[in-house]
Amino acid sequence: MKNSLKEIATGFNSLITGMRITIGQFFKPNVTVQYPHESLKMPERFRGHIELVRNPETGKAVCFACKLCERACPSDCITVDGAKLDGAKKKSVTQYVLDFTKCSLCGSCVEACRDGAIRYSHEYNLASTNKEDYIMDLFKRLEDERLAAEARGEIVPTPAQLVAQVSPPASGIVGQASSPAGSPGVPPGAAPTPATTLKPLQAEAPKPDQPQPTPPAAPK
Amino acid sequence: MQATQHFLSGLWPEPLRLILFLVGILSFVGLNAAYLVWVERKGAARFQRRPGPTEVGYAGLLQPIADAAKLMSKQLIVPAGVDATLFRIAPLLMMSPVLMSLAVIPWGQSVAARSLNVGLLMIFAFGSINVMAIMLGGWSSRNKYAIISAARVVSQNVAYEIPMLLVVITMIMVTGTMNLSEIVTQQAGAFWHWNIFRVWINPLMPVTFLIFFTCMLAETNRAPFDMAEAESELVAGAYTEYSGMGFGVFFMAEYANILLGCALATVLFLGGWQSPIGHLLGDGQSTLGILIGVFWFFVKMYFLVFSVVWIRWTFPRTQFYGLLNLSWKILIPVSLVTLILSSVMIKLFHQ
Repeated sequence: MKNSLKEIATGFNSLITGMRITIGQFFKPNVTVQYPHESLKMPERFRGHIELVRNPETGKAVCFACKLCERACPSDCITVDGAKLDGAKKKSVTQYVLDFTKCSLCGSCVEACRDGAIRYSHEYNLASTNKEDYIMDLFKRLEDERLAAEARGEIVPTPAQLVAQVSPPASGIVGQASSPAGSPGVPPGAAPTPATTLKPLQAEAPKPDQPQPTPPAAPK
Repeated sequence: MQATQHFLSGLWPEPLRLILFLVGILSFVGLNAAYLVWVERKGAARFQRRPGPTEVGYAGLLQPIADAAKLMSKQLIVPAGVDATLFRIAPLLMMSPVLMSLAVIPWGQSVAARSLNVGLLMIFAFGSINVMAIMLGGWSSRNKYAIISAARVVSQNVAYEIPMLLVVITMIMVTGTMNLSEIVTQQAGAFWHWNIFRVWINPLMPVTFLIFFTCMLAETNRAPFDMAEAESELVAGAYTEYSGMGFGVFFMAEYANILLGCALATVLFLGGWQSPIGHLLGDGQSTLGILIGVFWFFVKMYFLVFSVVWIRWTFPRTQFYGLLNLSWKILIPVSLVTLILSSVMIKLFHQ
């Protein structure tokens, strides 16, 4: 009798405790993210697929098509092509195809890059029903991004200007000495971060008589 | 028939008044069934710290309408080999007793469709029918899950009918009447006049209320006693073979039963339409006083409904022997004790 009464009392007490806990949760804020309407910001060192790093001074890719990443890739998913622009000392990238269907996000390419020209992007919404969407030309993306920024009215140097900048002094594309991420030992997330921002690029007067060089065909 | 003065009775003749109440109760039950689903989902979401339905209308408020439209547009499939008549009758048999019982619930001072002298008896007489409805639904659908679930429901309901009726007998002894309006009238005054706090008649009155509430949860097949449709064990329990509005009516009846149970608990224990702080505006007889009474009734009833949701999202489903143990080993002895205690107390001190 005594035992069973005690059992009832402790059982009831545990029920009350449970209900107190749940009502406590009831008044706390939500913990979920309403995905299509809002999404989480990826952390700084999130390792998405790779992307080309933009040189903050010129607005063009840092990459000069040395093809180390292509060689480092264990699954052959990177194809790089470069060409020498008029008056430039080094080659600059003209095509950087990443076949994401084969990529396993191992990061060997980023480690192999000696100039910090590629880094992990923060993109993760990569779902598609079309296989071609995963074969991405990262160079073309970079250029499209720049053109889009231009269309929005932000001042970004055109390729013509870039060439103009590049040729007289040995800076710009070729001026990799100013790039801080030269050493391969730099951790992936620490790749030159301010490079993504397009806004603070130099606002130079355009030179209209300069010919607009189209990306030349891949030299063979 | 009791000759109480009915709300609205001066405005309309008797048949019109009845039709008014009939339409009122039907729409009230329909709306409540729909929006209690919304409350349930929102409540569940809040307890789990997520927002719940948000897409259809503001805060998902149109979600029940979308659900209803979906259910109504679906076919009620009658599987081959089932007893088609019983299969079709079962949902209606589940729904109609609740609607009948709601007719005697006094929503406010003289706001009741029918103020029967045997109102309490009528509710429990009709309340037993929906057990049979689930049994018929499960049995006629010729499905093993449905039959197992129906058998569970019957044994569960039989087990919990006993403590519930013992508690109700206690309440009838305490109040001396089966007329629900009368029971509420006796609890007039501030909240310590409510039956749940009348400890000078029976020191175990709050316990009596808890037993009633627990039995109500079990009778309406709510979690943690939801053996009838133990989703994780028995597909959808007795409703496995039902589709379209057959299922919809079962679902509505379930929520209507919860509503009835909470309304009854409000009437029996929480003072029905009586305000917890006494009458501030009017004397409770004027139209405004009656409306305030209805307001208090709804506040109490929906608090209980919220508690039902709260309990559901706090406790996991009991095992079947745990459920029967709770009834036979705890609830029935305790309710017998309260019955004997209150009869002794009434005999000795309150005659």
